[in-house]
Amino acid sequence: MWSFSKISKLIDSWLSVHFSSTWTMVIEMVIAGIAVITLFALLGLVLVLMERRVAAWIQIRLGPNRVGPGGMLQSLADTLKLLVKEGMTPDGADKFLFNLAPFIAMIVAMLLMAPIAFASDFQLWNLNIGVLYVTAISSLMVISILMAGWASNNKYSLMGAMRSGAQIVSYELSAGLSIMSIVVLSGSLNLNEIILSQADGWWIFKGHIPVVIAFIIFIIAVTAETNRAPFDLAEAESELTAGFHTEYSGMKFALFFLAEYINVFIVCAIGATLFLGGWMPLHIGHWQAFNHVMDFIPSSIWFFGKTFFLIFLIMWFRWTFPRLRIDQLLDLEWKYLLPISIFNILLITLMAILGWHF
Amino acid sequence: MTIEALKEKITALLPSVLFEEGGQWPTILVEPADWHKVAVLLRQDDSLSFDFLFCLTCIDWKTHLTMVYHLDATSYRHNLVVKVKLEKVNPAIETVSDIWQTANFHEREVYEMFGVNFLNHPDLRLLILPDGWEGKNPLLKDFEDPINMIKL
Amino acid sequence: MVEEIGSTAAGDIIINVGPQHPATHGVLHLVITINGETIQKVEPHLGYIHRSIEKMCESLTYRQFIYVTSRMDYLSSHINNHACALCVEKGLQIEVPSRAQVIRVLMDELTRIASHELWWGAMAMDLGAFTPFFHAFREREAINDIMEETCGARLTMNYMVPGGVMQDIHPNFQRRVKEFIALFKSKVNEYNELVTGNIIFQNRMKGVGNLSAADAISFGCTGPTARGSGVSCDIRKLYPYEIYETLNFEEILETGGDSFARYMVRVREMSQSISIIEQLIDNIPEGDFQAKTKAVLKLPKGEFYQRVETARGEFGVYMVSEGGTTPYRIKYRSPGFSNLSALDHMARGSKLGDLVAMMGTLDLVIPDIDR
Repeated sequence: MWSFSKISKLIDSWLSVHFSSTWTMVIEMVIAGIAVITLFALLGLVLVLMERRVAAWIQIRLGPNRVGPGGMLQSLADTLKLLVKEGMTPDGADKFLFNLAPFIAMIVAMLLMAPIAFASDFQLWNLNIGVLYVTAISSLMVISILMAGWASNNKYSLMGAMRSGAQIVSYELSAGLSIMSIVVLSGSLNLNEIILSQADGWWIFKGHIPVVIAFIIFIIAVTAETNRAPFDLAEAESELTAGFHTEYSGMKFALFFLAEYINVFIVCAIGATLFLGGWMPLHIGHWQAFNHVMDFIPSSIWFFGKTFFLIFLIMWFRWTFPRLRIDQLLDLEWKYLLPISIFNILLITLMAILGWHF
Repeated sequence: MTIEALKEKITALLPSVLFEEGGQWPTILVEPADWHKVAVLLRQDDSLSFDFLFCLTCIDWKTHLTMVYHLDATSYRHNLVVKVKLEKVNPAIETVSDIWQTANFHEREVYEMFGVNFLNHPDLRLLILPDGWEGKNPLLKDFEDPINMIKL
Repeated sequence: MVEEIGSTAAGDIIINVGPQHPATHGVLHLVITINGETIQKVEPHLGYIHRSIEKMCESLTYRQFIYVTSRMDYLSSHINNHACALCVEKGLQIEVPSRAQVIRVLMDELTRIASHELWWGAMAMDLGAFTPFFHAFREREAINDIMEETCGARLTMNYMVPGGVMQDIHPNFQRRVKEFIALFKSKVNEYNELVTGNIIFQNRMKGVGNLSAADAISFGCTGPTARGSGVSCDIRKLYPYEIYETLNFEEILETGGDSFARYMVRVREMSQSISIIEQLIDNIPEGDFQAKTKAVLKLPKGEFYQRVETARGEFGVYMVSEGGTTPYRIKYRSPGFSNLSALDHMARGSKLGDLVAMMGTLDLVIPDIDR
């Protein structure tokens, strides 16, 4: 059966037969780069379309259904429109920072792709501190937003950026603590090893209620970290027009837009990896027959299925909930989520030490 | 309170005011100089307590202007109309925005539309018309604006 | 960027909300002074859609000027027209046929529901929830279809004329209204589940934008805005016009005085309007839909004032006649104008996000404010 790991191994062996090891490496890097950029573009198109279809479904309307079969090419047409639009830079803006910010957002999103395991044995970089890498890099996102807000020389943008700064820095704490709870349980920072540790069941099932709590906190925190409703205060359309990207247009706006969706994908992928076993099929303890049947479904389908389920969850939030106010947002983090996470991680540590989990 | 009782009460309180007949509600005519004093009495007297100024406007009679105040008492549900005659040239009257806060906006509107100067108004600026319209008062009968006005 | 107006304390910044801003539902321009996220001052700048309708009406006949009023509060156009028609009838002492009276009240209440529906959707959108807007429009469409059938228009109906209504109701009217009532009743719980009961929504609304009863009266607030503060001000009850005194309905009062109270007043008012429609829809009397009037209307010399209750509050028409075919002076007392004047008082000291929620609960319609 074809799988991503087989294809990659095939390419690898073909290249190493025909080229020297250095050139193999270089060519593989180029291929990986192209693959990541293609995945980026594809994900952007798919996620935007998905968001619009989900929104339409929730809002009892049809959504895009004219361009291409069933509206499939709508986001491609939108991208084309954004590409040919003039990318304006306001007069009073700090031009260098203004133009740099969207690229930083993109680069951060791209870097986050590296340690994610898309299928069994298919990973760009099997990093032994994968979890640490993800948490560290994702906090760089705030820099691009602050940069965009400051450089725009617009009060709305600045307020959006400041809100975003306060929000992302706060919610990183509980996101980090919920991630740590899985690290404690699996005893590894390596994403691949975390997935392998779930071969006899996903952590969300193995870890009793504390892991479920950690999962819920993780979902809330990452929704806030990616600036998605109900925590979209940085953009807060009805208050700040468009928040930090008020002054952006054309492709520069599109890059922010794309980065937001890619970030959603990445945090959902991380969530799926940590709590729902990543590409690991649904295995239940020692039910060999059941586990064997589940293995017939390709690992990449498991991974994308779980990730898109979480993405759907986050989209569902967005189209259902009203927005929080800035003080309520910070209250929620500092007065509720953080104390609960701290207590929760203590509980999980106890559980891990005493081996109470399955 | 019946209309007669209301009229008697007002006559007792303000012997100098004149009543105008024929309106939907009891109507009194007040001199511009007395107006603020009368307004305070109308608002504060316990059996009158006109606490709701529901309409404030001005009429241009070509020879003079008339300020019209429609008052309502939310506790007794009786109404009163107060009319104040103003000069056509440089009309001025004491503000009542300290008694009824709604008068703040309404007086600003009358100020720009009729050019009535409200004395002691906290914030007498143009509200609806754009900057540069000071002195041009669209709702006066002799106002002419060949650019913006469409003759029907 | 606006130039600095007046003196501002250190750390204060002035931002312009509007005239083109998603939260102002039109072209309202608020110059707000904020310190961080806290509002120090809100200063409305009006007039972006000012057409001087009062001046325009001075050169229109008593039949014509009513149509202009549909363009003021375009969400309550029936009720505006109604007020003007009543005012002219008061001057001419026209007896309106009972069929026309019932049709007028039915139309008024349908308009009120449609207006509150739109407000409800827009209110939720101000708070960042987009979905309720579409759900509200589903029901509003049904009302608009009914209007289209009978009045020929969906927004500015111009259906009320001096002496009655312009034409008889469409044969489908009663059936469609009953269908709408059934539809509305099946969906109204959805509203409460989706928005009213939502914890985020309640936290955003409760204790925000407080307006005491005394302030509400002093600022001239009317309609749901004042009734949310416990001020009884429903003109339909206090100074009944048409057949409202024979109808059995409740004046909704909430005592909270905050945004949530104002929200609840409007949501509960929709059910009261439904009850009024239910009382009338099967009892439309037979007869003329319009009284016989002269071709050219001439009001006697005098002043006429008519107060009605629109979806936003008390709407007043003050008409001064000199005996001619056109009014000498018309003043429209619009509810939005007075309600807006309380915004500064309510907003001071609260957060920027609350301002949006407050503006939502005031239910501002800008052409109604600017006229």
